[in-house]
Amino acid sequence: MDKQVLITVSREFGSGGHEVAAELSKRFGLPLYDESILDSIAHQHNLKLDKLSRFDESPINIFTSRRVRGFSNSPEEHVSAMQARFLQQKAEAGESFVVLGRCGEEYLRGFSGLISIFILADREFKQRRTMRIDKVSAEEALELMARNDKRRKYLHNQICQGKWGDSRTYDICVNSARLDIRGTSDLLEAYVRARIAAM
Amino acid sequence: MFTAQICAVVIFLVMFILLITERIPRQTVTLGCGLATLLIVFGLCLQNADAVAQSLSFQSFLSPGFWYRIGEADTSTGINWETIVFIAGMMVMVEGMAASGFFRWLCIKLARMVRFRPAPLFFLFMILSAGLSMFIDSITVIMFLAAVTAELARLLDMNPVPFILSEIFCANLGGSATMCGDPPNIIIGTSLGYSFFDFITNTGFIALASMLIVMPYFYFFFRRELVPITGKRSDPASFPDPKEAITSRRGFAVSCVIFAAAVVLLVTHAQTGLTVSTIGLAIAVVTLLSAGRNAFTLLRKIDYSTLLFFIGLFVAVSGLEYTGVLELLAHLIERVSGGNVYLMVGIIIWGSALASAFIDNIPFAATMIPVIRTLSVAQGVDLSSLAWALSMGTDIGGSATPIGASANVVGTSIAAKNGFPVAWGRYCRAQTLPTILVLVIATVIVFARYL
Repeated sequence: MDKQVLITVSREFGSGGHEVAAELSKRFGLPLYDESILDSIAHQHNLKLDKLSRFDESPINIFTSRRVRGFSNSPEEHVSAMQARFLQQKAEAGESFVVLGRCGEEYLRGFSGLISIFILADREFKQRRTMRIDKVSAEEALELMARNDKRRKYLHNQICQGKWGDSRTYDICVNSARLDIRGTSDLLEAYVRARIAAM
Repeated sequence: MFTAQICAVVIFLVMFILLITERIPRQTVTLGCGLATLLIVFGLCLQNADAVAQSLSFQSFLSPGFWYRIGEADTSTGINWETIVFIAGMMVMVEGMAASGFFRWLCIKLARMVRFRPAPLFFLFMILSAGLSMFIDSITVIMFLAAVTAELARLLDMNPVPFILSEIFCANLGGSATMCGDPPNIIIGTSLGYSFFDFITNTGFIALASMLIVMPYFYFFFRRELVPITGKRSDPASFPDPKEAITSRRGFAVSCVIFAAAVVLLVTHAQTGLTVSTIGLAIAVVTLLSAGRNAFTLLRKIDYSTLLFFIGLFVAVSGLEYTGVLELLAHLIERVSGGNVYLMVGIIIWGSALASAFIDNIPFAATMIPVIRTLSVAQGVDLSSLAWALSMGTDIGGSATPIGASANVVGTSIAAKNGFPVAWGRYCRAQTLPTILVLVIATVIVFARYL
């Protein structure tokens, strides 16, 4: 790809955002950065992955963290900052990639190749997918969805300028329940191609 | 008066909540609450211009005792300008030392002395951390020491967290040993008229006894982690050279002389009669004069937000003091302890420690000073024993949690920036027990020596 493309995919839990991001990464031949970012960071700096991964995509707890002269004790904030540095370094090096969550659209703001996407879905659709993938009951699925969306929303709104899930924060928002995962991926592929052509 | 008391308490509580949530810069919070105290408590409720003047305490600059004092000192209320002038002076000196590469040079020089061997390095850096923190604020000490530790740990293929956590603890402990080591001690010393010598012979003794216990404790606690992560041997040629740390030979020599002079002046200030404000101002002036054209750079680097935070804080606390709220708190402690001095001292040490483990120990110490002053008068208890109890409680209690003291935040932040985030569980497992140990030592010594 001769133009730099930075696709960020934010998503509601159970909406299939991860699958869509993986599909876009495959169709455009781009690396997908999801939880694998921490794997790369740990490998790069000779660190233990489990020490970092427990703070992945976790919001900063205001009651257990404090800031002194620009220093913060929050491990969540540091892990998020490491991911930000990783993504920005890759983008500055001219690489194209797909990022899943992790406030990608905020950290890559200012890069002309940024295309930010938000995947949402109907409650029943997300519940069915969660029950199937996580092998949980209907009630447990709802609980899992609520807990994860709350965590993602809280983290996003702590770090990013725009609100999580607010259409004004993203270039395009798609309800994956309407066209299912494959149809949503087709739609977004077409959108990304149109954006690349317009760059 | 009752309305004024309610307003003073509400303003103070709002200030504390805002400081905890960190939504607004802390200097804005204390200055805003200080202004509210002046306008609402002293202006609207009490309509007392004298209270405003007393709270702002500008007249203290004109008092000869502010600059030169032999013998007993007056106890002060309102803005403690002596603390502020001293801290500002130390900030200028520390910026000058940092610019010359002094701290990095010292850390690497000492590490080289023990040939970068993990166990001696572990003990050496704990002693260095405590020693430097006796004279320099623990934030600066940890900022430099933890950065060098992380760099050396990378070269030695080791986890820097055991080193950094033990350095943090010792920085807090070293800070408790002297009047200028930790902000609560500066406030206690200047407000109640104690000298550097008073602190070193009282809290210094407790800190020394504690160091002898906690150093072996930390070694045994972390001994399994003081080995290379992958078992690789490090190349000695890759270790940094202390000479490379020095950015300017002249600046470095001047920094060493100024630091040595500051230490001598502080140690002897009870004999020379020079107050800490005079010492602070003098070392700042000498540092700026010797910096030449870089003087403006040093002045720009001063942490003005901390100085403003102190100013606002003192005004907000004066609202509680002037309206008698702190006297009520003192009477509450008196009632709870039933006049039992041991219980009273115990409440002060352990209560201060518990509070300081979760909230900033500076506002807590500033609030407690009028309380122990009242307790001393009402119960006929020696003020100094309550002062040492407050000092040890506030200085050491902060070590128990990652947010209890500024050095903890800075140290764990540096560890995390180097790829080793420290969660609450990991921190508390290492630090809570030694904190309790030191508090027990402090309680036993205060009981045995003063009561």
